[in-house]
Amino acid sequence: MLETFNFRVILEYMPLYLQCFLATLWLSALSLLGAIAVGTIACAMRLSQSRTFSRLAGIYIESIRSTPLLAQLYFFYFGLPSLGLMLPEWVTGVIALTLNSGAYYAEIIRAGIQAIPYGQIEAGIASGLSYFQRMRYIILPQALGMTIRPMLGQAIVLVKDSSLLSLISIMELTRAGQLLTSDRFMPAEGFLTTAVFYLIIYYMLKGFSSWSEKRLIFREAH
Amino acid sequence: MWGFYFGELVHSLPFFLKGLWMTAAVSGLSLIAGTIIGFILGIIRASGNKVLRSIIGAWVDLIRGTPFLVQVFIIFFILPGAGIELEAFPAAVIALTNLAASFICEIVAGGILAVPSGQREAATASGLSAYQQLRYIILPQAMRTILPPLVGQYVLLVKDSSVVSAIGVVDITRVGWLTVQRIPEGLMVFGLVGILYFAICYPLINLSNFLERRMTVVGTRL
Repeated sequence: MLETFNFRVILEYMPLYLQCFLATLWLSALSLLGAIAVGTIACAMRLSQSRTFSRLAGIYIESIRSTPLLAQLYFFYFGLPSLGLMLPEWVTGVIALTLNSGAYYAEIIRAGIQAIPYGQIEAGIASGLSYFQRMRYIILPQALGMTIRPMLGQAIVLVKDSSLLSLISIMELTRAGQLLTSDRFMPAEGFLTTAVFYLIIYYMLKGFSSWSEKRLIFREAH
Repeated sequence: MWGFYFGELVHSLPFFLKGLWMTAAVSGLSLIAGTIIGFILGIIRASGNKVLRSIIGAWVDLIRGTPFLVQVFIIFFILPGAGIELEAFPAAVIALTNLAASFICEIVAGGILAVPSGQREAATASGLSAYQQLRYIILPQAMRTILPPLVGQYVLLVKDSSVVSAIGVVDITRVGWLTVQRIPEGLMVFGLVGILYFAICYPLINLSNFLERRMTVVGTRL
């Protein structure tokens, strides 16, 4: 297999790969931002006093976590048109990724907040800090310190999950590999190049994760 | 119209149950094989040998750093080029076993390393052999750390098995995909697909949470 490995075809397809690499990056970045927003809201609802809100968020989180992303993706891809919503594929893909990762982020944020001993909040109240000040100076710095690793871990999962978007024919890294496979019948060249690009993102995020653990001030929270 | 499609869907229920069986078969086989391989590699990874440790570490990084879909494509499309002809089903089981083994290996290694080193030293001082130490001292204690994430990993495994539908394994997701071509009600068809996955995953998630609570209680009592 390796004797016939064709680097020239990879070079020839490099512009396509770079373009798809960028597509993967921005599709993931967009979904990541959306997921953190959705996750924060879902977490706030889950922890709220209102039983309705809490239950709604619970249903959302549990049903996302108990079903595969691919089924959710197809649910939106085939389901939204039958509701009369004709969206471009990439919008459907970003919606599915956002809602999927949002549920996991809600759980990560909740674990971070609940890990802070209630005594600290009481001490904050007793010291006369306002709700905002308690959040800003006591809860969030510690919660962030505890959740930064799982958050980056979920970001890695999100980037990898974005490969499923190729199955609804969105142009991104995995799709580039599929194209090289179907155009030239060179699956080895196609998918190994794709894998290398994903590894680049993975090692960058992993490096950032261990850097943040060592360097950031709020590590004392552990 | 909706009622008509619903009737059609009820008629194709046996088809869905076949898909459910396929999902259970693929994930069940990989679960057993992945657990065995993962435990062996995890024990090696937690042991002293530096070379073996870093080889396993590199393999884990490769698997964690690339999307499962790309791994499935590599195994299904590239291995035939190396002279290994595979049907879709064995290719899916191999890919999923590989994935499960890499994650379980990390869980097991983490669990073993979490056992205080004094335990091992005491075992050595009592004249236990390496096998006896592992069997009677290390593993029973490590299982407390290993078990909850291990069950959580099984949930991921069932969900990841949906990806093998991309190479034509007729699992639940593939059944949904085939059905939606005939019954163009995406929300209904993939709603059913979601319910079937939910039926497998939700009890497993609860089992994992239960084990986590249970093990923590046992841990504090000791």
